[in-house]
Amino acid sequence: MDSEAARKQSEHLEREIETLGKASPGGETDRRIEELRGQLRQLQAELSGHASAWSRVQLARHPQRPQTLDYVKHLFQDFTEIHGDRTFGDDPALVAGMAWFHGRPVIVVGHQKGHDTTQKVQRNFGMPKPEGYRKALRVMQLAAKFRRPIFTFVDTPGAYPGIDSEERGQAEAIARNLREMARIAVPIVVTITGEGGSGGALAIAVGDRILMLENAVYSVISPEGCASITWRDSTKAEQAAEALKITALDLKPLGIVDEIVPEPPGGAHTDPQKAAQLLDPVLEQALRDLCQVPVNELLQNRYQKFRLMGQFFREAAAS
Amino acid sequence: MAWFRREKQRIQPSDSTHIRTEGLWTKCDGCRQIIWKKDLDANWNICPKCGYHFRLDARARLRLLLDEDHYTEHDAGVETTDPLQFVDLKPYQERLRSAQQATGLKDAVVTAEGKLAGQRVLVCAMEYSFIGGSMGCVVGEKITRAIERAAAGRLPLVIVSASGGARMMEGTVSLMQMAKISAALAQLDQAGVPFASILTDPTTGGVTASFAMLGDLNIAEPGALIGFAGPRVIEQTIRQKLPAGFQRAEFLLQHGMLDAVVPRLELKPFLARSLKFFTS
Repeated sequence: MDSEAARKQSEHLEREIETLGKASPGGETDRRIEELRGQLRQLQAELSGHASAWSRVQLARHPQRPQTLDYVKHLFQDFTEIHGDRTFGDDPALVAGMAWFHGRPVIVVGHQKGHDTTQKVQRNFGMPKPEGYRKALRVMQLAAKFRRPIFTFVDTPGAYPGIDSEERGQAEAIARNLREMARIAVPIVVTITGEGGSGGALAIAVGDRILMLENAVYSVISPEGCASITWRDSTKAEQAAEALKITALDLKPLGIVDEIVPEPPGGAHTDPQKAAQLLDPVLEQALRDLCQVPVNELLQNRYQKFRLMGQFFREAAAS
Repeated sequence: MAWFRREKQRIQPSDSTHIRTEGLWTKCDGCRQIIWKKDLDANWNICPKCGYHFRLDARARLRLLLDEDHYTEHDAGVETTDPLQFVDLKPYQERLRSAQQATGLKDAVVTAEGKLAGQRVLVCAMEYSFIGGSMGCVVGEKITRAIERAAAGRLPLVIVSASGGARMMEGTVSLMQMAKISAALAQLDQAGVPFASILTDPTTGGVTASFAMLGDLNIAEPGALIGFAGPRVIEQTIRQKLPAGFQRAEFLLQHGMLDAVVPRLELKPFLARSLKFFTS
């Protein structure tokens, strides 16, 4: 069954369940509803397993998709946001704070795109400037000082490409985060929740456990950018999305992602609370595992994890 | 039909007197004057008239920096296996083959050990003419190995960057090379072994946003384009023309991102002095 037909079929099932639900309740109706729900679940699982890279890009960019502050609301207690890089300013595209997670004090760092136009403008569409990355590093080093594990949530189109970003050293800010995150002496659990946009995403995505939501994407360049460079035509983005291998299902076998976190049927935006509930046990398990590892071993494992990324070469004898 | 047929006598050009003029001269991008190519080659690709720095390939870079053209190359046979099986208008493997034929290299970096003014060093020189000097898993692996060798042998490390950034055709795998190299640099930093980063024209994207900006010294050649985002991307984002000199070495020096802008011919003595300072 092609995906279009499957989608129609699932809509049809949803309608039928709804009408049956309105009808008089009884053993027979309930059984029928259960049966239809089972079919629907199977169909949706099939759909999401076969969703094209491009459709996932669109889900990952959905304005109602839960962002860092939504996960904070659903998963953490007593969140206190902290601001500023102590050098230039505070960047609203990247949020950081102290919180409690299952009774444990932790640090949360993540991109925040904003859901509506006002928020998006205020948050610069989730594209941090150097001060954002420097704030993230400052807060993570604070976490290390007080031995608080770190959770990062990654969802950005990329680091902001502008004159002021360049003047203040966007590249240096990202580079420094990559080097320092490799040796921050507390567990770091990274979750790619939406768009993993290149260096701007990686700058808070070096850690001990890399999780990725089912419909998130993680890429070196946006599909549009790739299409306009290679095909010289930005409308070929759909093709580029496929070629770049940016979905969780593509990245797990490449060793870039440790675990794929399921989303509610239809995508995380359909039910942010449910999405958070699905993520919760995965985060808790990761934290529990990592907290048992002695610090020097943790850092060694982290080094090895990234050291082994990209073993896709052969070695001929030197010519 | 005619009874007789006259054989046409074609005038034969004589090879011995043929003079090729194409490719003997080149126009300087700096002063717009015509320069004799041989003068340019003899002067390490610096315009003899105005001092404009043309790009220098990886092998010439090693000759420039290392004593008596003598060095041992490492990992020369490492070659990518195309992790994504990437195809756009033509297969990535085809692009690789033509880049390999054009440059004589397997990928976009040459790593070597040699002596710089008598001092043993490790040098990585990137090759811009190999798919824009882009960083895929081979560049990532070779540079990481060089860093690990530098740490193990306590040898100063010099990386000469010339790159458009991460290699698109290896997707997220390329992106991860930024993290991999930076993690290795954290270890080198811990070991207290000096690392000089030389930024040459152009150094942008994922290369600037990882190892190129992480030197104990960040040194650039005059006029080199250095940045995170490319100028065209910035122009499209902000929808206005960029100021003159934006993202050039001198601009970065002014904004505190570089330790020095050093002309090519002074680079070796500058490095010799600095590395001696750190290691003696």
